[in-house]
Amino acid sequence: MPVLYHKPPAPSDDKRWKIVETRMRRLGDRPPALIEALHAAQEAFGYLDTDALNYVGDTLGVPHSRVYGVATFYSFFTLKPSGEHTCVVCTGTACYINGAKDILAGLDRALHVKPKETTADGKISVLTARCLGACSLAPAVIVDGDVKGKVNVGDLVAQLEAM
Amino acid sequence: MSEMPAAARAIRRRVITEEVHEGPARATAYVCEAASCMSAQSHEITVRLGERAAVAGLSDVMVKRVGCLGLCAAGPLVEIAETGQLFDHVRPDDVEGIVKALKKVKPTDTRVSQGPFFEKQVRVATENMGRVDPESLEDYVARGGYEALHTALSEMTSAEVRDQITRSGLRGRGGAGFPTGLKWTTVAKAQGTQKYVICNADEGDPGAFMDRSVLESDPYRVLEGMAIAAFAVHATEGYVYCRAEYPLAVARLRTAIRMAQRAGWLGTGIADTSFAFDIQVRLGAGAFVCGEETALIASVEGRRGTPRPRPPYPAMQGLWDCPTLINNVETFANVPTILRKGPEWYAGIGVGKSTGTKVFALAGRIVNTGLVEVPMGMTLREVVYDIGGGIVDGRPFKAVQTGGPSGGCIPAEHLDMPLSYESLIEVGSFMGSGGLIVMDDTSCMVDVAKYFQDFCRDESCGKCVPCRVGTTQMWMILDQITRGKATLDDLAQLERLARMIQKMSLCGLGQGAPNPIFSTLRYFRDEYLAHIVDRVCPAGVCTIEPAEVMA
Repeated sequence: MPVLYHKPPAPSDDKRWKIVETRMRRLGDRPPALIEALHAAQEAFGYLDTDALNYVGDTLGVPHSRVYGVATFYSFFTLKPSGEHTCVVCTGTACYINGAKDILAGLDRALHVKPKETTADGKISVLTARCLGACSLAPAVIVDGDVKGKVNVGDLVAQLEAM
Repeated sequence: MSEMPAAARAIRRRVITEEVHEGPARATAYVCEAASCMSAQSHEITVRLGERAAVAGLSDVMVKRVGCLGLCAAGPLVEIAETGQLFDHVRPDDVEGIVKALKKVKPTDTRVSQGPFFEKQVRVATENMGRVDPESLEDYVARGGYEALHTALSEMTSAEVRDQITRSGLRGRGGAGFPTGLKWTTVAKAQGTQKYVICNADEGDPGAFMDRSVLESDPYRVLEGMAIAAFAVHATEGYVYCRAEYPLAVARLRTAIRMAQRAGWLGTGIADTSFAFDIQVRLGAGAFVCGEETALIASVEGRRGTPRPRPPYPAMQGLWDCPTLINNVETFANVPTILRKGPEWYAGIGVGKSTGTKVFALAGRIVNTGLVEVPMGMTLREVVYDIGGGIVDGRPFKAVQTGGPSGGCIPAEHLDMPLSYESLIEVGSFMGSGGLIVMDDTSCMVDVAKYFQDFCRDESCGKCVPCRVGTTQMWMILDQITRGKATLDDLAQLERLARMIQKMSLCGLGQGAPNPIFSTLRYFRDEYLAHIVDRVCPAGVCTIEPAEVMA
């Protein structure tokens, strides 16, 4: 039910907090808005740090422990900042059958980076996705938002190394 | 994920519908702008084609972006509506050829045959896909949209609507196949003044993209289906729970909701009646288990998506303990057509208790990957060979996997089986949401079972022990088998464990997790034995470690 104490101030005067605040207010500043608020924060900042988690929790009246619980339960939320570039490898069934495993192995061999890790120089983060729905392009990867289909490991590594 | 803002921005850019001509166009080019073709820059094609047509002085042609044309393998696709001529793998340089073809279109032209991929399909839920501009309400209405809702509100009682759905024999398209009419009746009769309708668009099965395509191509149809359902069960609020991994679907859905609200198809006083219903979108956040209805409800409420024991079923106690109707995207997409064409027409399609059509996503080692809708009862062979075009590189067919991580693999000996809810269960698989993943002899079935177990182990929510611990144990044994380190005792242990997990898990995820193991053991036990006894992987996928030499 509505929480009647004062709303907490944003952690900093970064304008992006406004977006998060608005999203929460539209949903009534109540606990059911938690996941939507975390989405807003992650869209704005790229990841969720402790400040973001606590701010969202305090505004919605959700204990910090529960906010942390929700943020870690859902694999879409990340608590760590990612590298400069991201490479998302699809590991859906169609991609798996068409060689997603080889792509991951190739990235590990060439760049020494495993899924959910960032290269030592902080340049490239490798993530996996359950299914991008680009099954017709299998195996598919997303490099910085661009979907690439029918990927060849060598070309991909060359592209990432050039970044 | 980082691709979200970019993709969402891309589709917010203005629609290119270059209609500079008064009256109906002489020729229309449909450009597929669904996720798969868009990832191959089909939006650029739309823009270019519009420009080039204008430069060529064609003032009476229309270039329209549409939803999924179905044949994703050949994308980006462009279709000329009047002649049915298809252009595949269109590159920006190929645009001139299409302009030439548009020039030649005459009013007397009739559509040519487009080959078995298109001719063998029966379109109900996807009837507008590749025909309407996904964001245009006018386009949807022009093709008979909102007729069904209008009729229901002005001429029918909610009991009559429920009766029509019951008589159509429609069953839940999310996988389990629960009779939709029965579910609606249960919710309608449940005690409570506040009721909800939820559309489950958390399509988590790897290899399945039907719901995404429907939402990307024809979002209004889902909204109309939900509104009809709300009228039938006396609900006033609705939610669409959609995966955050589908930015394009989410963006189009949000646009559609806004447009429908503006036009009075959502909100209060819909179609000048006292009926009120509104819809909100809720984003999932990458948890497969949220496809389970009680977990989905928890997630909509802003909590961790863990399931709870049923009963009470959501139909009695769902969202915020109110009676809640949960149906899948495809189920809702069927509803408007059923009301428009009548339940008898729908019940006439299909076979036995599986009436109507089913949308399948064809993927894997198949030539025509893409989206198809076929009548229930079509054989697997027709789907794979006639519609799907057979196996890539002409390799031998090995198995088709249906039902996602809770489903099973169907071997070649059952290729002539008609597809229906019952027949799939008979052969140890499951309809699931409709992903059909075709495998050839380059796939090792033990490795496939291990892949699904890895998926379940990762996606287990951790609430109940059999699923949390059991899926990991099963994965470990399978891992040992694929390395050639397992014994026959391990295999017996795996089967024992699988049976236990199936019986003791709390929700569908755990109960279904052993299915890939059961079905691969049933049809491909020899492959397991080859790994264990002969220590070879027949498909050459697994890396068998050399045996330790006994001193």
